Amino acid sequence: MSAWAGIDVGSTYTKAAILDAHGTLLGTGIRGTGFRLNEAAEQALNAALEAAGMVAGDVARMASTGYGRNQVVRRDLQVTDLTAQSWGSRHFYPETRTVLDVGGQTMKALRLDGAGRVQSFRLNDKCAAGTGAFLEKTARYLGYTIEQIGPLVEYSQEVVPISGVCAVFAESEVINHVSNGAQPADIMHGAMVSLIERSVRLMKRVRMEPQFTLVGGIARFPTIVKVMSEQLGAEVNRPPGDLVQFTAAIGAALLARRRQRKLDGAAGEPVE
Amino acid sequence: MAYAAGVDVGSTQTKAVIVDEAGAIVGRALIPTGANVVAAAENAFAIALGGRSLAEAEVGFVIGTGYGRYRVEFGDAQVTEIVCHARGAARMFPRTETVLDMGGQDTKAIRIRPGGDVIDFCMNDKCAAGTGRFLESAAAALELDLEDLGPLALKGRRPVAISTTCTVFAESEVLSWLARDRKIEDILLGVHRSIASRSVALLRRVGVEGEVTFTGGVTRNPAMVAVLNELLETEMNVSEESHYMGALGAALFALERMRKGREPGKTAA
Repeated sequence: MSAWAGIDVGSTYTKAAILDAHGTLLGTGIRGTGFRLNEAAEQALNAALEAAGMVAGDVARMASTGYGRNQVVRRDLQVTDLTAQSWGSRHFYPETRTVLDVGGQTMKALRLDGAGRVQSFRLNDKCAAGTGAFLEKTARYLGYTIEQIGPLVEYSQEVVPISGVCAVFAESEVINHVSNGAQPADIMHGAMVSLIERSVRLMKRVRMEPQFTLVGGIARFPTIVKVMSEQLGAEVNRPPGDLVQFTAAIGAALLARRRQRKLDGAAGEPVE
Repeated sequence: MAYAAGVDVGSTQTKAVIVDEAGAIVGRALIPTGANVVAAAENAFAIALGGRSLAEAEVGFVIGTGYGRYRVEFGDAQVTEIVCHARGAARMFPRTETVLDMGGQDTKAIRIRPGGDVIDFCMNDKCAAGTGRFLESAAAALELDLEDLGPLALKGRRPVAISTTCTVFAESEVLSWLARDRKIEDILLGVHRSIASRSVALLRRVGVEGEVTFTGGVTRNPAMVAVLNELLETEMNVSEESHYMGALGAALFALERMRKGREPGKTAA
């Protein structure tokens, strides 16, 4: 049985996805990226193969994407994060026109045309405010881990305003709120609201249009999706469960399959 | 004998200075601010008093400054840290026309008239890049004490180019240079240059004139002083008291207020 693999080497996590010829997801794997990017890619791929019950020889073609894509030694091709994210998002929601991808260290907004081509994009990679790192820092100041954020904010009764201009300055803000008796859940809720406000500004700069699809690790938190949908006044698509982290890897695997088909002479055939 | 005091509650450290009627420093203290800002102000004040076995009643006027100045509950008045640093610097180095204050979470460039009146200032109020916090992140990433960074960086010969702006991302960039087998001293020199160049850009916005006086906690870092001197092509004024400059300025304002209060026949203490 042949399979297609996509590996997304991100700034914080490296994700791998294995698809079969029909585009069905067979397995995923995720590892912390660290500094040995190829090693992280191999480990994530092996984890995904194991989950799919396959071995490396079953992979017909492998595409890498993400900031470390050119460090993946065994890649057959590399694709940009934008293209991979477009393909991955449309795999779940074909009517997607605007994608917001919030990663550990970056925030990206993309606007797509009806065929999935990237029309416009904006990137924030200079500042941790507005990225997963902002939520992680805020959680750490409160004494929680990133995994505890989701359940924690479910208890929130109100939003404590957090200015969200700087992930470092948030620390003194959080300390002040805590010493004034604010609840950690409400502070975390405030951090999420300020993050989404930043991302909506970024989405406006690409002249966003519905449908909206939110991807990246923070999309796991239901509160994030709810706050974003409130701020946009529109429905927000979110790939199911943990797959929010794998859309670029899935997109890369789809692009690997397309390349194979082109080489096989089925050029131009749409994948979906 | 009557005394006046200034308490500078910074984001990272709290400083207290007691001056006599001539404005000379007779007591000082420096402690971490921590989470309990009110207690930090009280403790710093008590330690500064203790150095000279002064009773609190002998201190006629107390001024709070710094980001926690309204938490100095025993303070008689509050003055912003910009004005206090300017005043302290002018007292210590009378020919000062430019002040660079580099603290735990903010960096300020201040232009002053001889005597200490503020003409203009500029600060990084939206972003922690270019502040002492960047050094703290680098120290944490390299598992070093903050005090060791400067001396190590001075040994650097081939500084790495730090590309990240954000303090949060700097930590991972520092580790990535280590993973590429660069020497710690070269990485640290790169970190110092990155912070210094941001500070110099801030200084250029207010204009660099006359003597430049360096104040704040980062003045104790010899590499930062050396790199800034090199970029500014000058020898900045730095003294052992530089770290206390805001508290000193506040104490000098307190002394003035105490004298004024006394003129109409009131007793100050």
